[in-house]
Amino acid sequence: MKQHDFETHYGPFWSEFSALLDQLDALRQRQPLPPLEQFAADYRRLCHQLALARQRGYSPRLVEQLNQLVLRGHRQLHRDRAPLLPRIGVFLAEEFPRAVRRQWRWQLAAALAFLIPLVAAWLAVWLSPSMAQMMLGSQADAIEMMYADREQLRSAGDDVMMFGYYIFNNISIAFRTFAGGVFFGIGALIVMVFNGGFFGAVSGHIVNANLTESFFTFVIAHGAPELTAIVLAGGAGLRLGLSLLAPGPLSRADAFRRAADDSLPIIWGAFALLLLAAFMEAFWSPRQFDPAIKYGVGALSWLSLYAYLLLAGRERTRE
Amino acid sequence: MQIDDRLALTTPEGATLTLLPAGPLPRMVAYGVDLVIRLMVFLCLLYVLSELAELGQGLLLILVFGLEWFYPVLFEVLWRGQTPGKRLLGLAVVQDNGAPVTYSSSLVRNLLRTADMFPGLYLAGFLCMISDRRFRRIGDLAAGTLVIHQPAVTATAPGASGAAELPPDWELDATDRLTLTAYLDRLPLLSSARQAELAAPLFPELSPLEAADRLAAQARFVRGQP
Repeated sequence: MKQHDFETHYGPFWSEFSALLDQLDALRQRQPLPPLEQFAADYRRLCHQLALARQRGYSPRLVEQLNQLVLRGHRQLHRDRAPLLPRIGVFLAEEFPRAVRRQWRWQLAAALAFLIPLVAAWLAVWLSPSMAQMMLGSQADAIEMMYADREQLRSAGDDVMMFGYYIFNNISIAFRTFAGGVFFGIGALIVMVFNGGFFGAVSGHIVNANLTESFFTFVIAHGAPELTAIVLAGGAGLRLGLSLLAPGPLSRADAFRRAADDSLPIIWGAFALLLLAAFMEAFWSPRQFDPAIKYGVGALSWLSLYAYLLLAGRERTRE
Repeated sequence: MQIDDRLALTTPEGATLTLLPAGPLPRMVAYGVDLVIRLMVFLCLLYVLSELAELGQGLLLILVFGLEWFYPVLFEVLWRGQTPGKRLLGLAVVQDNGAPVTYSSSLVRNLLRTADMFPGLYLAGFLCMISDRRFRRIGDLAAGTLVIHQPAVTATAPGASGAAELPPDWELDATDRLTLTAYLDRLPLLSSARQAELAAPLFPELSPLEAADRLAAQARFVRGQP
């Protein structure tokens, strides 16, 4: 069959199929579907025609036209349209804590990279207060000012502004930490060490300045999701970077891709935790209550978070 | 015939699909277009939300966060793999099996943009792209995605009907047929001087212009008349 006859014979079929694809491409969720009983069979016919066109040396224009049509059909056939809400539920109930436990080695390494500089800086500042100026520079006084006068009232507008700021700032840091891990984990490690050291130095400085209560009543509750999420992002970044250094039995490209796949639930989870942390930090932490209440809520926050990460989504052993 | 960087995929149905991965330059331009769009949206937001004092500042920061991290993700997933910039340049993001991108793979490729930007001006991403056969940057490698050209194809055959056709005077194989039909596709783009130049060595006994007519007629015979 010559190309022209081929085109005239199948042309109407192609434009029909193309119109159906246009309809499917423009489809929104919840709209009724056009009749699809023939779709798979038509798609297979199209694949066959593409193969014929190649085999018979038909012109590149025709082959490209069919190729695009098959590609569009392929995308419709293999698209992933699972509804989002139930997936989020399953993710939070099971996938996220499981992913964290699956990566416990990297997460532990990230936590240590965060905690060791934290403790070291805290001790250093606590033992010799002049270290604070060295480590924090001019920020030392600003931080002191911030917590010296917590009695001033904040307006609702301030709360929303801070909420926006915490989302913008903290979540961007978590995302960059993860991405920085690509460079053999170094980027993620730097963020862990730097943030741990900074937080330790601030804490030591606050203790020296006798502002312990106003500082810790502020940070304790939201600190649980916030610090945990940053460490989780760091751990995921380490996992990503070390897959390039030590790919194991896989090729580096495959190991890298698998590491990204493996870390992704942690990134979504860190994102969720940081949203929660931003909400708490903006709307709960600045409220003035009795320190006992604040510490109580803080303890509850840490306990429930770690109970969730360590226990949620475990398979029950069958009796 | 395969002298370009087309990528052949075999689908589960056994069909061979070809994808044309997009190189750094069109992607850079598409990124620039998106950057300008984001900047304009940002300026509009700044203008509108500055009326709202602190409340507006908070909303602004949240929206800036969204513009920075989720603008590409939402467009790529909800708009068939295209951000406005990519659409303008005829590019699209697909999974490396040709399927549409998912939220997860789009998030990975866009989060790792930070790594691609390192240490500045997308240097790491550029080096990664030009050393990969399919022009994937670090984010694409991690997410298993590709940026491809999505050419607009003309659906109707060009070429005038009623023109002369002549059976070729040699035995054709598939490559010959492909060469002749490809020549016919490109005929409207070639000047008559160039047609003559291409055809002259094939029919040394004819004048160049006659040779061009002969070649076109033989090609039309192979394709069949439109």
